[in-house]
Amino acid sequence: MNKMNQNIILLVLVVIIAIVPMVMYSGFGEEEGYFSGSDGAASEAVEETGYEPWFSSFWEPPSGEIESLLFAVQAAIGALIIGYFFGYWRAQSKYEK
Amino acid sequence: MHIMEGFLPWYWCVFWYVLSIPVVIYGVMKIKKIVEEVPESKSLLAVSGAFMFVISSLKLPSVTGSCSHPTGNGLGAVLFGPAVAAVLATIVLVFQAILLAHGGITTLGANVFSMGIVGPAVAYLIYKMFLKTSISSTIAIFFAAFFANLLTYVVTAFQLALAFPQPTFTSALTLFLGIFAITQIPLAIAEGLLTVVIWNGLTSLKPKLLEKLKVFKTKTVEEDNTVNS
Repeated sequence: MNKMNQNIILLVLVVIIAIVPMVMYSGFGEEEGYFSGSDGAASEAVEETGYEPWFSSFWEPPSGEIESLLFAVQAAIGALIIGYFFGYWRAQSKYEK
Repeated sequence: MHIMEGFLPWYWCVFWYVLSIPVVIYGVMKIKKIVEEVPESKSLLAVSGAFMFVISSLKLPSVTGSCSHPTGNGLGAVLFGPAVAAVLATIVLVFQAILLAHGGITTLGANVFSMGIVGPAVAYLIYKMFLKTSISSTIAIFFAAFFANLLTYVVTAFQLALAFPQPTFTSALTLFLGIFAITQIPLAIAEGLLTVVIWNGLTSLKPKLLEKLKVFKTKTVEEDNTVNS
């Protein structure tokens, strides 16, 4: 199987992995305790032992919007670098022939 | 896998820092050496770091009903060795700790240990193990990335259970493994698949560079050396 087709199938599988939970728990949201982060769940479990964090972040994104902005920036930086080099390498291998 | 800021007693913060710092320093030295020996690998380093950046920002829902994210630590480890992946993970974790309040500076040592050291080490070992058999590098990288991701979260569960062994260590471990590990299984599969996609790109565009980095079987490296000399 050529690699392009293989990649498409793999990406479709990733999308399916992401969609299945949303279908399984459709209609539920954060208020019912679904789709929140596992990191947060662990922090809650730690707090239930009576532990109080002794240090908190210097700065926190002031809202979910700002947080999603920063996550998008993070992904964009990464995607830009990958896209740049893959394009560069592709052209390079084409002209080296 | 992010242990939040302040969520480990200070002595555990120190403990994980002490374990992680030498590996990161060794990783920085290793990067210098690799870049000197194979200058073209700079771009590949950038891509491995960028892959970690992209993939660790993708918070995906899991079948347990909570969300978590892939780590991207398998690729860099297989290409450059686990110490280099530790450096890349440190960069990502510092970015997330400072700008996103994800993880923290006090818990950075612990988070680098799970995502930057144990995960990549597991990826590296699994990849090398598969390489000795006749299994293709594509399958090998899938399992390397899968276990790197999963083990990263298992380590986090251990770290929290060690710091908060209440009522007992075993019960705490079961609790934290329940939170992290099960959620992580489908995401580890997703991570494996995404790593294969990048891998397919790298092996078809940069096969010679990967051979120089001794990513494939030694036989092909020898052939490559004779061509070069």
